[in-house]
Amino acid sequence: MNSSIGDVKPQTMDFEEPLLLKCGDTLSNYQLTFETYGALNDDKTNAVLVCHALNASHHVAGTYDGDEKTLGWWDNLIGPGKPLDTNRFFVIGVNNLGGCHGSTGPSTINAATNEPWGSAFPMVTVEDWVETQARLATKLGIDIFAAVMGGSLGGMQALQWTIDQPNRINNAVIVAAAPKLSAQNIAFNEVARQAITLDNEFFDGDFYQHKAIPRSGLKIARMIGHITYLSDDTMDVKFGRTLRKDSLKFNFDTDFQIESYLRYQGDKFADTFDANTYLRITKALDYFDPAAKCSGNLAESLSHAEANFLVISFTSDWRFSPSRSEEIVEALVANKLNVSYAEIDSPNGHDAFLMDEPIYHNLISAYFERIWNERCDV
Amino acid sequence: MSKGNKIRRRDYEIITTMIRNDSTVLDLGCGDGSLLLHLKKTRNVTGYGVDKDYRNVFASVSNGINIIQSDLEQGLSGFADNAFDYIILSLTLQAVHETEVIMDEMLRVGRQVIVTFPNFGLWRHRLQILLGKTPMSKELPHQWYDTPNVHVLTINDFEKYCSQYDVNIRDRIVISESGRMVTTFPNLLGAVAIYRFNKGPN
Repeated sequence: MNSSIGDVKPQTMDFEEPLLLKCGDTLSNYQLTFETYGALNDDKTNAVLVCHALNASHHVAGTYDGDEKTLGWWDNLIGPGKPLDTNRFFVIGVNNLGGCHGSTGPSTINAATNEPWGSAFPMVTVEDWVETQARLATKLGIDIFAAVMGGSLGGMQALQWTIDQPNRINNAVIVAAAPKLSAQNIAFNEVARQAITLDNEFFDGDFYQHKAIPRSGLKIARMIGHITYLSDDTMDVKFGRTLRKDSLKFNFDTDFQIESYLRYQGDKFADTFDANTYLRITKALDYFDPAAKCSGNLAESLSHAEANFLVISFTSDWRFSPSRSEEIVEALVANKLNVSYAEIDSPNGHDAFLMDEPIYHNLISAYFERIWNERCDV
Repeated sequence: MSKGNKIRRRDYEIITTMIRNDSTVLDLGCGDGSLLLHLKKTRNVTGYGVDKDYRNVFASVSNGINIIQSDLEQGLSGFADNAFDYIILSLTLQAVHETEVIMDEMLRVGRQVIVTFPNFGLWRHRLQILLGKTPMSKELPHQWYDTPNVHVLTINDFEKYCSQYDVNIRDRIVISESGRMVTTFPNLLGAVAIYRFNKGPN
């Protein structure tokens, strides 16, 4: 049943060419951590880049040291014989710049000071990530990706790829994304950031030197985020008003299952994620707005795009609802680009994109089958 | 091939004769994308299908056809005015609830519209009504209790609608049950009517 790709190992790549970031700062050098699955073919036409969302990493598929608990975050979709079939495609997962899973970021050592970057680490944007991913592709000998794919913030990167690197991407698979954040989306992010920055253990972002971690801030940030990933219905079905003990306790401990679930998720996250990375990634989300440089006209911002698109949304996703995906589709149609769009009927909210839903996975399978066949036509 | 498929195939053939090479097409209720696939091969068209059924989304993607999953009853708000050379609604008009909305939307988004529908005025249907039964035929194969067809119509009905709503009929082809062209008594002998029209008459 489990046809996972098995054990995988992350790799690193050093970049010495300075990177001018959108914020105006320059990184003189940096490192990216990534994983690859499958084999690059001789004509290098089978590479697929998988972009990660807010709190994932380069570890997309497979396990570490045979430990099932270390299964990659999109292992149900990517592997031998899976919808994105690693017997056919060479799949790359990259930890984004500014991340906390190996790539250069706020928690890595700044060679200039020999201290963790901390508050000095610059703001990074979706455009910066696309640029670094493109540089990694070049170093791996990949001129053109057969596809760039991602869910949520990952889908935004795939969209940005079609704008910034129109000649280096044949297909974009954009799942549960939006062309920009709404005020409500930004509001949730801001609450999460305030929870972190107001934590006494944050030390203005330089908590490493104080041997501190803003755990409670991170925990609350994750709890807020997690609520937006689930639908009201899912929470009702999964938890309802079920109590942990037989009766109400009349105190501020956890009475309801949902409370203890959120606390558990928050604690787990606070143990593994870097607060400065979380702050920066939420800002990258807020800043993402490819239409901005075309006076808000998304269609115009895509006027040089050449890729074919598959856009997918989920009915119960209220974080990035189907209408947000339809904004993208409308802009693509206005440019007469090849696009297919599916609104998948799912009760699982935003998180549906990570789940093994047959209709959704079959569609991705069909689309990659088409990519595979068209690749052979070239 | 079932009788229904044979009529559909003939319907596609006639639609194809109405379409210029290299044009842009929006196919409403596109099913598995086979009409667009045919038009792509024979007329080099580009465009999109629209369908609300996920099975058709899967089939169209498998067929290499662009498809937008959407319920056409909700209108075509995702498409700009005059965005396509042709809008096609094949054998679906009789199943549409918001007929006036769809007609308006098709005329807004397409420079020309091609609509085909089973003719309720066919003699076989009239005979069945005379015998006290709800008509059934190759073109209207459903029982009264399971039919998706909510607005069955005749050729005369449609042409009256067009004159009332300033729709300019450019082309009309009527075919019999066997797929032959019908020129005399079309409302009596026609099984399927195929119209090409645009906004008019001005």
